[in-house]
Amino acid sequence: MAENLLTPSHRLVVIGGSMGSIDALMKLLPNLKVSVPFALVIVLHRKSSVDSTLADLFATRTRIPIREVEDKDTLEKGNIYIAPADYHLLIEQEMIFALDASEKVNYSRPSLDVTFESAADTFGSATVGVLLSGANADGTAGLTAIKKAGGLTIAQHPETAQAPFMPQHAITHTVIDYIFSMDELAAYLNSLG
Amino acid sequence: MMIEEDEITILLSDLFELYGYDFTNYSKASLKRRILRLCSLDKFPSFAELRYRIKSDPTYLQRFVEEITVNVTEMFRDPQFYKTLRTEVLPSLGSKPFLRIWHAGCSTGEEVYSMAILLKELNLLHKSLLYATDLNPTVLEKARKGIFPLPHLKLYSENYIASGGIHDFSSYYTAHYGQVKFREELSEKMIFSTHNLVSDRSFNEFDLILCRNVLIYFDKDLQETVLRLFDESLGSLGYLALGSKETLKFSSVAAQYRQLNREKIWRKIY
Repeated sequence: MAENLLTPSHRLVVIGGSMGSIDALMKLLPNLKVSVPFALVIVLHRKSSVDSTLADLFATRTRIPIREVEDKDTLEKGNIYIAPADYHLLIEQEMIFALDASEKVNYSRPSLDVTFESAADTFGSATVGVLLSGANADGTAGLTAIKKAGGLTIAQHPETAQAPFMPQHAITHTVIDYIFSMDELAAYLNSLG
Repeated sequence: MMIEEDEITILLSDLFELYGYDFTNYSKASLKRRILRLCSLDKFPSFAELRYRIKSDPTYLQRFVEEITVNVTEMFRDPQFYKTLRTEVLPSLGSKPFLRIWHAGCSTGEEVYSMAILLKELNLLHKSLLYATDLNPTVLEKARKGIFPLPHLKLYSENYIASGGIHDFSSYYTAHYGQVKFREELSEKMIFSTHNLVSDRSFNEFDLILCRNVLIYFDKDLQETVLRLFDESLGSLGYLALGSKETLKFSSVAAQYRQLNREKIWRKIY
């Protein structure tokens, strides 16, 4: 197991989304190769509830190990982690997750900005932030933090998004390295070494 | 504004030396967010300004502690959890002559009032004592009053019904000017007191300890210390309830506990 432990020299990919993002991810996940050399964290706005059905739903679309985060879980490459409903998801310097049940940010808990900013803080230039479909402005400030830390920013092409507002907001207000359709995003993530 | 890891370390050592508050084993990622948030709320232009204010103004300490700790709570949060308390946990304790319950880290008291309602409906409240503790005296004062903002009551009422409540929820409170006050008979059995899980000891033996969404703000070492404190404070066959994403499984006390179905409730099995 120890060789799977992440150090900031490995990459962390954080995908954030809201309305329309579940469909987008259902398209993306089957196209990712099984042995991805990064840890993938998915943060989605959703109704507060304690059920873990989102991880179960995505598990039908990929053979990459996928699970909903519990307090103090370790980040390992080659795994997909889902932020639980009703908690902000943070990442400690020791490469473990921390959950935070504090006030909503951008009317949301989990907030995409909170996880993007925490990822930038811990992984710095090894962070890839991806913003998908959605109808609110969450995520833009977080992508700005990732860019500042030397990481890479990607937005879903608004024309391919069910709700174009969120990726368009980021494209207008911060520096986005790539604007991708879901097929292009899969190809790009598969090419990461 | 940026804050470096070692600046947080300096601030935490100030707090401990000057005021005795020990936050050194709190989750760093969460602490950093809370400190940045406070700097923004109170418009500190730099970390040095915040540090100076804390060192030179003891009255600001109260605000610092209140804002650094998380005080977000709601009544009947996670209705399934309360359903399990109602149908399994409390009935199994019901034959005891006396029930002692500890809400550790109770914040503004919403969970304590939820518990009192459950006990009332199960006809157990008259023989129960609810100890509600928090490190922060300001939130305890709010909890003691039992006054909550009216706009939250719609959610609380929905949670109550989803948790298996069958009474008219509005019969438990009276509304005045945008606030509601819960009935005195619910708070008669509550004892509010400051208690710091980091530094204070066990103070009684309980049948049920609830500490939900508090351990997430602690590092693993402090979690272990606190879980041992709970273990010392639980009678045999007592229950420990944690938050929906928290676990006992990494702790040295885990072997003495059995988890109830899918809920984050463990029973001491000796």
